[in-house]
Amino acid sequence: MSGHQVSRRQLLKRGALLSGGLVVGVQLPGCSFSGPLPIEAADEGFVPHAFLQISPNNEIFFYCPSDEMGQGVRTGLATIIGEELDLHPSQMVVRSAGSHKAYANPEFGIQLTGGSNAVRAFYTPLRQTGADTRALLLNAASLDLGIPAEQLSTDNGHVVAGKRRYPYGDFIGTAATLELPEATPLKPVNQFKYIGSEFTRVDALEKSTGTAQFGIDADIPGMVYAVVARPPVAGAKPIRLEREHVLAMPGIIAVVDISSGVAVVAERYWYAQQGVKALHIEWEQMPLESVDSATVKADLAAALEGNDVIEATNEGDMEAGFKLAKHQHRSDYYAPFLAHAPLEPVNATLRIEGERAELWTGVQSIQAAQGLVERVTGLARGNITVHNLYLGGGFGRRGTLTHIVEVAEIALAVQKPVQLLWSRENDIQNGLYRPASYMRITAGIDDEGRITAWHASRAGANITGDTMTNLLPAMFPRMPKSMLNGLAGSLEYVFSNWAVDPSSVEGLHETYDLPNALVTHATVDHGLPTTFWRSVGHSYTAFAVESMIDELAEQAGMDPIAFRLKNTEGKPRMHRVLRCAADLMANYQLPEGHHLGVACHSSFFTDVAQIAEVSVSDTGDIRVHRVTCVADVGTAVNPDIVKAQLEGAVMFALTATLHGSIDLEAGAVVQSNFHDYPLLRMNEAPEVDVHLIDSGTAPTGIGEPGVPPLAPAVANGVYRAFGERLRTLPLRVTPNA
Amino acid sequence: MIEFTLNGKPAVFDDDPSIPLLWAVRDDFKLKGSKFGCGAGLCGACTMHVDGKAVRTCVLPVANVAGKSVTTIESLGNPNEMHPLQQAWVEHNVPQCGYCQSGQIMSAAALLAKNPAATASDVDKAMSGNLCRCGCYPRIKAAVLSVAEKSV
Repeated sequence: MSGHQVSRRQLLKRGALLSGGLVVGVQLPGCSFSGPLPIEAADEGFVPHAFLQISPNNEIFFYCPSDEMGQGVRTGLATIIGEELDLHPSQMVVRSAGSHKAYANPEFGIQLTGGSNAVRAFYTPLRQTGADTRALLLNAASLDLGIPAEQLSTDNGHVVAGKRRYPYGDFIGTAATLELPEATPLKPVNQFKYIGSEFTRVDALEKSTGTAQFGIDADIPGMVYAVVARPPVAGAKPIRLEREHVLAMPGIIAVVDISSGVAVVAERYWYAQQGVKALHIEWEQMPLESVDSATVKADLAAALEGNDVIEATNEGDMEAGFKLAKHQHRSDYYAPFLAHAPLEPVNATLRIEGERAELWTGVQSIQAAQGLVERVTGLARGNITVHNLYLGGGFGRRGTLTHIVEVAEIALAVQKPVQLLWSRENDIQNGLYRPASYMRITAGIDDEGRITAWHASRAGANITGDTMTNLLPAMFPRMPKSMLNGLAGSLEYVFSNWAVDPSSVEGLHETYDLPNALVTHATVDHGLPTTFWRSVGHSYTAFAVESMIDELAEQAGMDPIAFRLKNTEGKPRMHRVLRCAADLMANYQLPEGHHLGVACHSSFFTDVAQIAEVSVSDTGDIRVHRVTCVADVGTAVNPDIVKAQLEGAVMFALTATLHGSIDLEAGAVVQSNFHDYPLLRMNEAPEVDVHLIDSGTAPTGIGEPGVPPLAPAVANGVYRAFGERLRTLPLRVTPNA
Repeated sequence: MIEFTLNGKPAVFDDDPSIPLLWAVRDDFKLKGSKFGCGAGLCGACTMHVDGKAVRTCVLPVANVAGKSVTTIESLGNPNEMHPLQQAWVEHNVPQCGYCQSGQIMSAAALLAKNPAATASDVDKAMSGNLCRCGCYPRIKAAVLSVAEKSV
């Protein structure tokens, strides 16, 4: 490119021949972070935009804008861009994109992975980018070969002219001098080669050979290890600390006061752990100390009768609806706090050298991680490099990045590269939780089994408020703390008094035809931090709604599926999913003592029905033998990965259904590790059959929608097996005497 | 000073012998394939072979492997020369986040070394100490059984 006077804007628009290749991109307005693309130069090559880099020897890099936490997003997005570029995903080198506004999620406007939206949100933009890049390469090939572009075609990374095949890399020199075409027509769906076919995940090899790099695997010369002593009750500050004896212990380098506790820094993780155990800390008293699990449940139940209930949704006429009803029925449901417990505890490694900082971690928002390092260190955004490695599970936990604040505070204090690792006990006891929820549904049905009135109410802590409180400092690194606190406080105030946090009540009424529906909410926040947990509000609302639907079906004297079909006539996509489930259910040959429970739920634009085959032993053990899962996810970009997500969602949800509970005693979390916060094990895992229905729409959510229907499907099956409605999670059967 | 064999080569560890083997292997020998999950022997992410047996190394003091042979995921196979189980893992698209998979594969390899024709219930029994939060269990089981069946 030397000799050309080209502005950065033109460079991005036209593409750039970096020393590392051709990089191509989407410009999004209004974001505060820009500057050069965070693409490391490998060798000569062409960078037509932010997403692709093509080297002269036809090595093609795809910079994936979303974070890989197991959901298969690297494969999914590589397939989408590869479809239009005409390059099989297995032929690409897929890398995690750095922090840059060009990689902002098109729906969120920031770089954030969550809400099951990556494939859906990037589906059209990445197809367009792939198509434009292919057109650019064809234009360059046409000039270089002297053949009209219409006479050229492509095949898997090559331009085809008659019988000759030329690697894309042959044309990058000319491509770099051309404008990137815009609005190139996309492929008709019936010509898809890669979208809709099943092949190996791009990360399967690394993850099967121990070579995949996670945040915890960062190893920086001279780094020291930090573990933080944390208050037993959330938010408490130390008021007295004895540290001298710890400083005398082997391998201990420093004991540092940080905003969230006391960090012990040592030559090894092991030494730091021993140091934390030996610290004597007296923590300040917190109001939360007066709270235990029974208090939480009682307070939530009481709030539904109190004066702080506000309306979230009010459609039709409730009173008229109840007048039409032949039966009226009311039930209460409860779901506890839950921890995410990703198998890789959160961690971060930070090196600060002069005016520059480099961070290695695995998070659901690389932009937020960069923003927090900027906030704590005061370094310029452009001087902070973040390497977002594979996430050893996300589930919402890695969208809150207090550990990045911690590692920056520690690194500043000790002036050495630091690796911070949360212990499993930290993860279970000191994290952020899916909030406990008390739900009450009152419904009326008419003679024909139609729901004429529906009032669903939920009490509990808000989910969005705490999450935003932790995200705002990252999004506005230079905003003073007082202002941020004001913003976060007003958000919480709004959610408590005026407008219901949509995440906290989502799923309470959307799945069915409900002409007269009222959703109400009472905020009760005891002070335990909360955040998004795989499927968010749906994770508890579906339990209440789908249990209630089963109860109403019984009142109506109808088959549970027939009742659901009757009440989804205005929801054709779910209706079809249910019809498919009904057909599959009719074919079950059940062994003695096995019973079926069914549930369905719409979330993240996806419709799912699940049939759980359940038995209950004489000792009260609930066993789920098989789960049939029917889902309409629109276009399944890689059906095998979609199936894997739905299988995994069943297991994740079954942990919550049978085992999951975070309990409080005197404000402190009781559970501490996998012995008392057990995860589902292989010997408890059901077989899962997934049936995908393609309604022909663009892709809808995949990572989360498999979670919500499982708990009620199992509970409904337990009712048939055991004759008792279980309305509290986790499900506990009291054995027959 | 603790001497042992690590992936077929002599290894010397010269620090506090009560340090768990996992941290010695990860931080001193820079083999990062074995993972930390719980620090209490409850999840299996740290599983290595000690004299051929699958062992939770996050609670195993280095002192306990003196004179023994330790094998990690790195020497079971590599991307160019995979162990049959690793091949099966790729073919079944087993991993999601992937964090537990080294431990899963090491447990499966120890099982098949002892019982090459393992049945579904053998797999359940041998693998139920390895947690997978993403819930890859059906595929893990299918992958292990596909290798076991080939040996029949």
